[in-house]
Amino acid sequence: LIYCYRKPKTKRAKRFLEKREPKLKENTKNAMLIKGGNANLTVTEVLKDIYAVKKPFAVLYKKKNITRPFEDQTSLEFFSKKSDCSLFLFGSHNKKRPNNLIIGRMFDYHVLDMIELGIEKFVSLKDVKNSKCPEGTKPMLIFAGDMFDVNEEYRRLKSLLIDFFRGPSVPSIRLAGLEYVLHFTAVEGKIYMRSYKVLLKKSGCKIPRIELEEMGPSLDLVMRRTHLASDDLYKLSLKQPKALKPKKKKNISHDVFGTTYGRIHMQKQDLGKLQTRKMKGLKKRPAEKSAEDGGVSPKKSKSA
Amino acid sequence: MAAVRVEEVLAAAEEQEAEKRRSVTVEKELELEFDLGNLLALDRNPPPAAGLRGAGPRREALLRALARDNTQLLVARLWELPAERAGGPGGPLAARLPEPAFRLPREKPPPRPRPPTRWEQFARLKGIRRRKRTSLVWDEQAREWRRRWGYRRAGGDPARAWLAEVPEGADPQEDQFARLRREKRERVARNELNRLRNLARAHRAGTAVPAAPLHPTGHQSREELARVTRVARVSTASLGRFQPRLPKEPAEPPSRGGGGRKRRFEPLLGNLAAERSRQLELLRDMGSKKPVLDITRAVNKQLRQEEAEAAAAKGKKQSQRGKRGRRQQRAGRSSKKSGARRQQQQQRPAGGGTGGSRKKKA
Repeated sequence: LIYCYRKPKTKRAKRFLEKREPKLKENTKNAMLIKGGNANLTVTEVLKDIYAVKKPFAVLYKKKNITRPFEDQTSLEFFSKKSDCSLFLFGSHNKKRPNNLIIGRMFDYHVLDMIELGIEKFVSLKDVKNSKCPEGTKPMLIFAGDMFDVNEEYRRLKSLLIDFFRGPSVPSIRLAGLEYVLHFTAVEGKIYMRSYKVLLKKSGCKIPRIELEEMGPSLDLVMRRTHLASDDLYKLSLKQPKALKPKKKKNISHDVFGTTYGRIHMQKQDLGKLQTRKMKGLKKRPAEKSAEDGGVSPKKSKSA
Repeated sequence: MAAVRVEEVLAAAEEQEAEKRRSVTVEKELELEFDLGNLLALDRNPPPAAGLRGAGPRREALLRALARDNTQLLVARLWELPAERAGGPGGPLAARLPEPAFRLPREKPPPRPRPPTRWEQFARLKGIRRRKRTSLVWDEQAREWRRRWGYRRAGGDPARAWLAEVPEGADPQEDQFARLRREKRERVARNELNRLRNLARAHRAGTAVPAAPLHPTGHQSREELARVTRVARVSTASLGRFQPRLPKEPAEPPSRGGGGRKRRFEPLLGNLAAERSRQLELLRDMGSKKPVLDITRAVNKQLRQEEAEAAAAKGKKQSQRGKRGRRQQRAGRSSKKSGARRQQQQQRPAGGGTGGSRKKKA
């Protein structure tokens, strides 16, 4: 807002611009779901299902857009700027790359990472006839498989998927409301995405027993092309401002046993005039004007 | 007959119940990594590839079992978090999540602190602080609290002001209403100009273009012109020392640090005694058999300096070493300097000797 050459003339415009300017603590990322020039039924269904999962934080474009993200990114960047979305999912279909899905994210309205995935099998929300969980539930994310750590492209894909499906960042969560889990397995070059509804069953102890019920979109994906950001651009995008770092509390130290120690600096105390427990036998009588010994207080180090 | 069947049914029901209350523990080869702030769990164990190869319900069952195990572990961790009753007692149990640990890239770069405007600089200098203004002002004529500006403001609608006094010393024929309108327009224009100037300054500070070319339309600021002239002057072969100056241009201030240690020259015909002593010392060093540089002493000093640097890099405070350390450092540095100077002096006499002989001939 500070750098606007045209100042907003209404409060509404000002609020709109303030929402979009760079901030210390950022907004939840929005996703835009775009159809390519020749998107078929499968791809359209996938986009609709993912929109349902990401409901308030996604925009589903109805019309087809004839672009090729891997060749020309200007169109995507224009959409991102207009709708203030930093995540995108682009679906297309042609003979060479059937049922193609490009998942990507932006940094400063420029494409950061893009990964092309091919859909091999897709089970839609309406094909699975079970009860669904309410819209806008924060999902639990689980990534299984060592490929997600070993391979660089899979690592970026994991980061992308977490970014995509994460949802808003909340300080606390209702334990009974943990209903939705997205499970990604990477095995033998394929990535299986499954969504389950979580049923918390009674168990002997406090922790409930989990039973899963298949729900929601399930995808079998295979990785095709990638367009990953260079290392320094990626590092730049990861950089967080210093103000967000949690302030380290000084003067607190811990010992081996878990006791917390702190230091208090006191002025010089007159031990003779300290207020201690009153011991009646030691009470000084008015006749006695000798040195009083009103109980020596042992020095304790404060522990918590 | 019926009794047996009832017993069977009861036994079956009991077994079902027992199964439900199976343990909530899950065995895994490698521990999972958790990021509870994001409700995230990462399982490093390689999944059973053989079972997942064949398509069909068996694969689904395997995937679901794997998912169930992982979810159980994640939920167990979430249940261990400190929980409280949200919305007073009787409300739902809510766990307090920690900060998300997984590093994800930002959406936009972090906001840069903008440089202060001219007024802000002045205010900071003078110590002027911002006073909070009340939103309502007492209007004496209307005898009520009115807004400071806007609809029904205190002091009446300025568009309806029907009287404009002619100030003393002003031309009686001048149109006062026109004057007021003109002055308001000028004030608004000046404010806008200052705002744009502050914006341009902030923009320039943000981008920090070091070798910015001159603005094409010729609206350069004074500092920019001075900077560019200085750069142009210094880009000559003799680094600007013999460039003619304009009549009123100030002379170049002597460069910082005394022109650098290497560009400092003694005057040619200055101190004859110093020159004599220097030349004699040179001849003495050349003649003596003892090497000028004491290798062992120099190496020791170098080692000690390296150790001191390593210790400083670790973050030890200067004050800890105290006087001893400072003396050591200074002594080390001076001896290093003398060693280097002596080496230079050894090389210089080769040129000095021939130079001296040339002088004699001339």
